[in-house]
Amino acid sequence: MIRLFALFLILALPAKAEEIVLGLSRDEVAITATFEGSEILIFGAIKRDAPADADGDLGVIVTVAGPDRPVTVRKKDRRLGIWVNTDAVEVDVAPTFYAVATNRPLEEILTFTEDLNTRVSMQRAIRSVGATVDDAQSFTDALIRIRSDQGLYQTIPTGVLVQEESLFRTLIPLPANLTEGDYKAEIYLTRGREIVDFYVTTIPVKKVGLERWLYNLAHDNPFLYGLMSLSIAIAAGWGASAAFSVFRR
Amino acid sequence: MQIYLPIAEVSVNIFLLLGLGGIVGVLSGMFGVGGGFLMTPLLFFIGIPPAVAVATEANQIVASSFSGVLAHLKRKTVDLRMGTVLLIGGLVGSGFGIILFNYLKSLGQVELLVQLCYVVFLGMIGSLMFIESLKAIRNASKPGGAVPKRRKHNWVHNLPFKMKFRVSGLYISVIPPLLVGVLVGILAAIMGVGGGFIMVPAMIYLLGMPTKVVVGTSLFQIIFVTAFTTMLHATTNFTVDVVLAVLLLVGGVIGAQIGTRIGVKMKAEQLRIWLAIMVLAVCGKLAFDLLVMPAELYSLGAGGH
Repeated sequence: MIRLFALFLILALPAKAEEIVLGLSRDEVAITATFEGSEILIFGAIKRDAPADADGDLGVIVTVAGPDRPVTVRKKDRRLGIWVNTDAVEVDVAPTFYAVATNRPLEEILTFTEDLNTRVSMQRAIRSVGATVDDAQSFTDALIRIRSDQGLYQTIPTGVLVQEESLFRTLIPLPANLTEGDYKAEIYLTRGREIVDFYVTTIPVKKVGLERWLYNLAHDNPFLYGLMSLSIAIAAGWGASAAFSVFRR
Repeated sequence: MQIYLPIAEVSVNIFLLLGLGGIVGVLSGMFGVGGGFLMTPLLFFIGIPPAVAVATEANQIVASSFSGVLAHLKRKTVDLRMGTVLLIGGLVGSGFGIILFNYLKSLGQVELLVQLCYVVFLGMIGSLMFIESLKAIRNASKPGGAVPKRRKHNWVHNLPFKMKFRVSGLYISVIPPLLVGVLVGILAAIMGVGGGFIMVPAMIYLLGMPTKVVVGTSLFQIIFVTAFTTMLHATTNFTVDVVLAVLLLVGGVIGAQIGTRIGVKMKAEQLRIWLAIMVLAVCGKLAFDLLVMPAELYSLGAGGH
């Protein structure tokens, strides 16, 4: 009876023809004192019940998104001969890091509607809601441009390598100016520009060792931290003075 | 060699920070300025978030000023009594300054105000000092005309509450130094600097203090004002980066010692003319940034209302 019920359950679920099996080069990214940026290798295989049928091209999209923090984008304009900030737009959804890697240009492997739903592309992932300025788009574009220059936003159109229609891998470079938090990695598998499977995992990025200790002290015990900073300053000032008077003798 | 700063959350080159600290330290020791008005813009330039740069810079100035003051104390070129009077004014002023700053922040455009403050004050002080020192040098080079004139009596000397400042050789009312302290405190809080570059000229031209004493006394006052600022930033904004501060101050304290020794060997007029040129250069750069169309019209700031 139970067996029959189980069978029924399995039949009721839509059977997935293709599924993602994922591997990561590391479970977490540790920010140490000598952190100079890093990279993360995301690789996996496509599991199939039956041999691959050729109904549309295979697409693999890998996105990595850092924690969301709202950002104010300000625009300068000339007023009375000097350049001052005039308009400002609050971008509510702005990940601190965002990378999209695909095996082919995104529009070739994902339909416009699927992009609207999943918000995979850079333009969809970063957006401002309820902006009061006319050309809010130019502000989001500016945000993407500035962060791309800092290596925080990346679009890598041929970053995913697919082998034999079943193995894929991509290398996402992480810059040194990373924000701490849980980074969400999403992998989408598409056939004929429609999503057939997706997989989500998180990669924690956190400070360790001295970095962790100082950060915690500064936030949990700010008075003590301030006094410590001052003592170091006074000691260093005195030390330099004493050292120089020794040299002069 | 790169190092990751825990509070600033960016990775920067160690030697770049040590070098910056050293150069600013030399200037600080030579002229008795904290160096904040140079270092803070430099830190912005290498990508340190502005809030962290301002707060950490205050901590670093404590170190370089302390180192400088010790050197001056040995040569007895610190007027402790004058320093204390200035300090009382300074703390009152910085209290006012922080209230004013927050009020302007609520109106928006506080950045512009800070920049304009820099341009106006640096421009004024720089050109005044430059003209004055040039005159002094010209007079000194004339044969027989080297005798410096005693300061004339003016309104400053007719005020009540007179006090003897033996180290400075002055017998004046405490009101002008108190007012100078308050004014410097207000400006220091708005502009995020120690205020030495305003105080040094004010002491020379307004109070008539001898240049040799001015530098040590200014440094003495700056220690306390910047220590106060550091604590305020550390406890309210959590923006003091101790790793950044240590790197800057290692370079800074050594630089300050070297600077103090260079300062002693230089003539007072020369010292002033170089300070004037430096002040004018920073002023020019800031004015240039305001007038010329920036390469990137947009800028990012922390969100949230």
